[in-house]
Amino acid sequence: MVTVDTDNAGAPSPGAPARPPLPGGRFAGDGSIGGRLLKIALLGLVTALGVWAVLPLYVAGNWWGIGLAVAVVVLVYWIYLSKRTVPAKYLLPGVLFLTAFQILPVLYTMSTSVTNLSDGHRGDKEQAIAAIEAFSVTRDPDSPEYVLTVATTGDAATGELAFLLTDGQGNAHVGTDEGLEDLPRAEIDPSSGKVTEAFGYTILTPTEVNARSDELQEFAVPTESGAGIRSSGLSSAFEGSATRVYDEDCDCVTDTESGVVYLADDERGAFYSEEGRRLAQGWQVGVGLDNFGRFLLNPTFASSFFSILLWNIAFAASVTFLVFVVGLAVALTLHVPRLRGKTFYRILVVLPYAMSSLAMYLLWRDMFNTDFGLFNRMLGLQVDWLGDAWSARTAVILANVWLGYPYMFLVATGALQAIPRELGQAAQIDGAGPWQAFRHVTLPLLMVAMTPILIATFAFNFNNFNAVWLISRGGPFSPENPTAGATDLLITYTYRLAFNEATSQYGYAAALSVMIFPRPTRSPSPSPPPGTGTRRRCR
Amino acid sequence: MTMDASAPVRGSHRPGGAARFALWSRRLGWRHAVMWLVVAFAIFPVLFVVSAALNPLGTLSSAQLWPTGASLANAVDLFENTPFTTWYGNSLFFALSNAAVTVLLSALAAYAFSRMRFKGRRVGLIGLLVIQMFPQFLAIVAIYLMFSNIGEYYPAIGFDTRWGLLLVYLGGALSINTWLMKGFFDTVPKELDESAQMDGASHAQVFFRIMLPLVTPVLAIVGLLVFISTINEFLMASVFLRDTDAKTLGLGLYQLVASQRNANFGMFAVGAVMLSLPTLAVFWFLQRYITEGLTSGAVKG
Repeated sequence: MVTVDTDNAGAPSPGAPARPPLPGGRFAGDGSIGGRLLKIALLGLVTALGVWAVLPLYVAGNWWGIGLAVAVVVLVYWIYLSKRTVPAKYLLPGVLFLTAFQILPVLYTMSTSVTNLSDGHRGDKEQAIAAIEAFSVTRDPDSPEYVLTVATTGDAATGELAFLLTDGQGNAHVGTDEGLEDLPRAEIDPSSGKVTEAFGYTILTPTEVNARSDELQEFAVPTESGAGIRSSGLSSAFEGSATRVYDEDCDCVTDTESGVVYLADDERGAFYSEEGRRLAQGWQVGVGLDNFGRFLLNPTFASSFFSILLWNIAFAASVTFLVFVVGLAVALTLHVPRLRGKTFYRILVVLPYAMSSLAMYLLWRDMFNTDFGLFNRMLGLQVDWLGDAWSARTAVILANVWLGYPYMFLVATGALQAIPRELGQAAQIDGAGPWQAFRHVTLPLLMVAMTPILIATFAFNFNNFNAVWLISRGGPFSPENPTAGATDLLITYTYRLAFNEATSQYGYAAALSVMIFPRPTRSPSPSPPPGTGTRRRCR
Repeated sequence: MTMDASAPVRGSHRPGGAARFALWSRRLGWRHAVMWLVVAFAIFPVLFVVSAALNPLGTLSSAQLWPTGASLANAVDLFENTPFTTWYGNSLFFALSNAAVTVLLSALAAYAFSRMRFKGRRVGLIGLLVIQMFPQFLAIVAIYLMFSNIGEYYPAIGFDTRWGLLLVYLGGALSINTWLMKGFFDTVPKELDESAQMDGASHAQVFFRIMLPLVTPVLAIVGLLVFISTINEFLMASVFLRDTDAKTLGLGLYQLVASQRNANFGMFAVGAVMLSLPTLAVFWFLQRYITEGLTSGAVKG
């Protein structure tokens, strides 16, 4: 992103004050011995990391990945050994992280948003065909049988499954969802025929196998000519022929039992029969702007999208406004010399801001609980606060005002102290009442300092995921539209689509993210600086 | 409203008791009344969570605004029934390491932007602002998909690992904070580092020996902000950390009251207080730390 050319270092550039070049170049000196040793050590660390990164890529034969890793290491060496790349030495570490984990994901989001990527549409077409054929394997009378040992290449609970298979001759094979291979260096228990140890595989215990029995049911090892190996029980497997066979000539899958033909639909990324029934395993295809069209044109999606957008704006605007009013009112109340207990008030008033916001959102949710919540018990009510659309909205806003006003109070206090008292006194001499003086003298001056902060607060609350998710999870949901809740923000709606539904619709969720992007948003990290500049200014 | 307080008391005679009270309540008394209301609003949830943490019964339905008893039963439950120390350790790990590395990366970049002139400087500065329009957490879908691939190659930085999530957090290291720092760096007089260079200091020595000590206030502020936001981060962490032992305290507390809301509330309250303690400490630190601009008067004449 940043092109660097240090020949210009020290020379004035447009917008920068002109400065005389220093003797011996902009930055003279060679640095200390300790600094050099540290530099060598850090470069060594980068090299080690590079080697660590290349090894798994080499095993998997991913040459693009290797190229990228080598390029990064070479770039690091060039920048830190050259004398002409001084600014880049300071920018590179941050820019590398920024590129890898912010810019690339954003670009990837954009490219995902024009695909149908979701559960059932994850891989390419070949993988989908292999999966369809393998899943349809049925047992032939003369099909070979294997002794089965279930193993994984990764974590016992989540890693990819692999079948370690011992055939009638006592030879071991390994079957993954990519196919069957020989496994020469496996240790086999002679009595049961099970594999007891194999390099690179973790063998699952019976309990662990049981925990993943659902996955096991669906797991099949494709073999040549449309056949596949499936498990029957936990310790045996059989090879059978597929009843659903792909034919390249007609680009279709034929079910040999029922005779139904499923034609490939390359636009929708799945096989469809003439009656419109589709096979569960599809593949990822580009769908152009369909995902965007879906929430703009499809009536159900469009109405949820626009009602969520409307509430999202209303939420951010009302929280910003209320927080500003309350914070400013408190600041004005305390803005008077010789008020006894001012420090005491200040500490207590700022307290909500110093508490952990995550825990406090959960606390507010529990205070609104119908059966056990504090509000219902203290007021003797039985109101389902979070069950009704408007009371849930009020609850969410109230909790956010509680958490947000102390910051406005700090900022407003600083801004008030920066306004010279003489201005107010002059207005008073001119006959202005307290309200007129505030309205026409103090407030305009205040707004100069506060406007950027109000915009930042609005942007922050526009995407305030925690505020809604932790209190109401976007609910309550109306029976007509169970996907979009009354308090849903766009970000919580997106999150639920991508991670909390029965089928994860990544493509659609990514399209929604793209729609939320172009707004004056702040990064999630800096909640606005609490009383930073203000504190300095007022002393 | 703001100026009547500073208005001189008119008249030379001393008013009587009743008149003095009327004057006091008009000038200051109502302020105390308003402040008591605000304070009540501000502290009642805090009071509630503290008294719930001490509540011997430990249920939501028995928790009162005012402590009904003092018992450590909830704290003992939390330590015995949940991997509380692991969760707390995870939370502090993310918050501390993200704050420390972010401050370092941001300061390095701010130094380059503030003190050096190079091609692409303006583009870089504006680019940083533009990127803020595309906040990282909106790319959560892509990050999830990316890391499900990365995790296959490198299990050490995959899901349920500390390093993976830390890497994602560090992707946001250069942000609006860099601008904040650059602004502060600009206020340090250039004569200071130029005179150090005349004495033969390298650019690295100028940065570490001259600049960093002078900009500690802004380093502290940025560090504390990142610390607070990381310890309260939920979205990324909930996608990344699924395993019970990998969770942060915030995720753990969420899970604790997700199912057994009434029964576990006492444990949750203890956890909520514990989660707030680092934040409170950080605030206390911040209050005392940021006292004056350090460079004022560093260059005289």
